[in-house]
Amino acid sequence: MIQILTTYGGLLLTAMGQTLLLALCGLFFACILGLIFGLLSVVKNRACNIISIIFVDAIRGVPMIVLAYFIYFGIPYLLNTIMGFGGVTLSALQAGTICLALNCGAYMAEIIRAGIESVDKGQMEAARSLGLPYWRAMFRVVLPQAIRTMIPSIINQFIITLKDTSILSVIGFPELVNTAKNVVANSFMSFQVWAIVAVMYLIVITILSVLAKQMERRLNRGRE
Amino acid sequence: MALLEVAGIGKSFGSTAVLRDISFTLNEGEAIAIIGSSGSGKTTLLRCLNFLETADTGSITVGGETLWSADDIHTQSEAAIRKKRLHFGLVFQNFNLFPQYTALQNVMLAEQLLAKERPDYKQHKKEILAEIEAHARELLADMGLSDRAGHYPHQLSGGQQQRVAIARALALKPDILCFDEPTSALDPELTGEVLRVLRDLAANKTTMIIVTHEMKFARDVADRILFMDGGVVVEQGPAKEVIDHPKEERTRQFLASYGK
Ligand SMILES: Nc1ncnc2c1ncn2[C@@H]1O[C@H](COP(=O)(O)OP(=O)(O)OP(=O)(O)O)[C@@H](O)[C@H]1O
Ligand SMILES: [Mg+2]
Repeated sequence: MIQILTTYGGLLLTAMGQTLLLALCGLFFACILGLIFGLLSVVKNRACNIISIIFVDAIRGVPMIVLAYFIYFGIPYLLNTIMGFGGVTLSALQAGTICLALNCGAYMAEIIRAGIESVDKGQMEAARSLGLPYWRAMFRVVLPQAIRTMIPSIINQFIITLKDTSILSVIGFPELVNTAKNVVANSFMSFQVWAIVAVMYLIVITILSVLAKQMERRLNRGRE
Repeated sequence: MALLEVAGIGKSFGSTAVLRDISFTLNEGEAIAIIGSSGSGKTTLLRCLNFLETADTGSITVGGETLWSADDIHTQSEAAIRKKRLHFGLVFQNFNLFPQYTALQNVMLAEQLLAKERPDYKQHKKEILAEIEAHARELLADMGLSDRAGHYPHQLSGGQQQRVAIARALALKPDILCFDEPTSALDPELTGEVLRVLRDLAANKTTMIIVTHEMKFARDVADRILFMDGGVVVEQGPAKEVIDHPKEERTRQFLASYGK
């Protein structure tokens, strides 16, 4: 165990860094996508609602590993070979980010929709009766209340997405699982390596959960 | 000329007609009380006046300007309606204060956002915001809430919350202030403090439409009463006359249920 740590510890830590980088990139764009599609699903416009439903259902209906292969191999093939653009390449980080953003974004859209719908209709009406335009009322009055109820689900989704980065080992991104596979191939000590990897995930996710709890408490301070 | 002219307002939800041919006028400085049993369409009427609901027929005219007419598509665009809402203030049965803002912020919010549209906003931002805050504090003081400006809604009693809501509705100086059963969600002890505020507003000649179940209050404070039943105006007239000597049989039956 000690030997593994001294020999491969640095490598695994770097890989954890890559995992976090990928998760952060994915989450950043997932939040944007989630907000856009979440809002599209609550506005009073049939076309917008349908666009949002199609996006969410399409993404939720495809396993992430298929999405990853599709984006990393399928899209460049489509552009280069079928459509003849040539020279289009996607790095594993780019493809992984897109993949996580789409996947997590779809779930975020659902969380945001449910959060907005949980806010009393009277809030929007009170804001509108004061002459606030729809989007002002949404961003100044409704969303801040929605976000408070959404925080536990959002954090939960962040943790799921962090774990989902391991799926992107299949497109060769040097995140933790991919790196660990190589370490096992070199050292043959699968028990030790996978135990270390499991503990590394556990530590990071526990730290995130604790931070999240604290944030939640701060946001709720002084309110019922 | 009347400040408010409501003519032939009709509204259906699906196949049920909730309002039918509602017409009445309101002079500046007058208070009109709307009474009627549950489901008679009182809330729907107020919502149509505030454009939270779009009526199917009729027109709404304030100060000679036709704000909304079922026959004139130009009066119905969302952009046009936004500004028109400012003619009316609305106080809800369950207050609908914004929980994430303090009492003061609740009162200031709309005015602050509206001020951003002023051409001189950037230049005189400080003065404008100070003015708005002073105005909001003044309104809270009028409601007897000077010492509650920094409190969040959940730190206030129902009566205090409703008084903040009234201050908030007054902030944009609406021509007509509408109340939808402002005391129905309050304990009897707290009803009095809100009714007192309404009496003060009436004494100061605030133009008001008050939906209420407080018959004694309506008789004493309102200039006129409008009795609705089944989506139509059954009877309207001077408050004391309608309460003490109702002409219509249905009005009599309704008032009898209140022990009058
Ligand atoms: N959005 C809606 N969709 C369908 N029906 C509605 C809607 N809003 C109100 N109604 C119906 O319209 C009728 C009138 O409702 P309204 O709320 O205006 O009555 P009200 O006079 O305010 O009653 P209350 O004294 O109980 O507040 C009721 O039968 C109600 O069920
Ligand atoms: Mg009602």
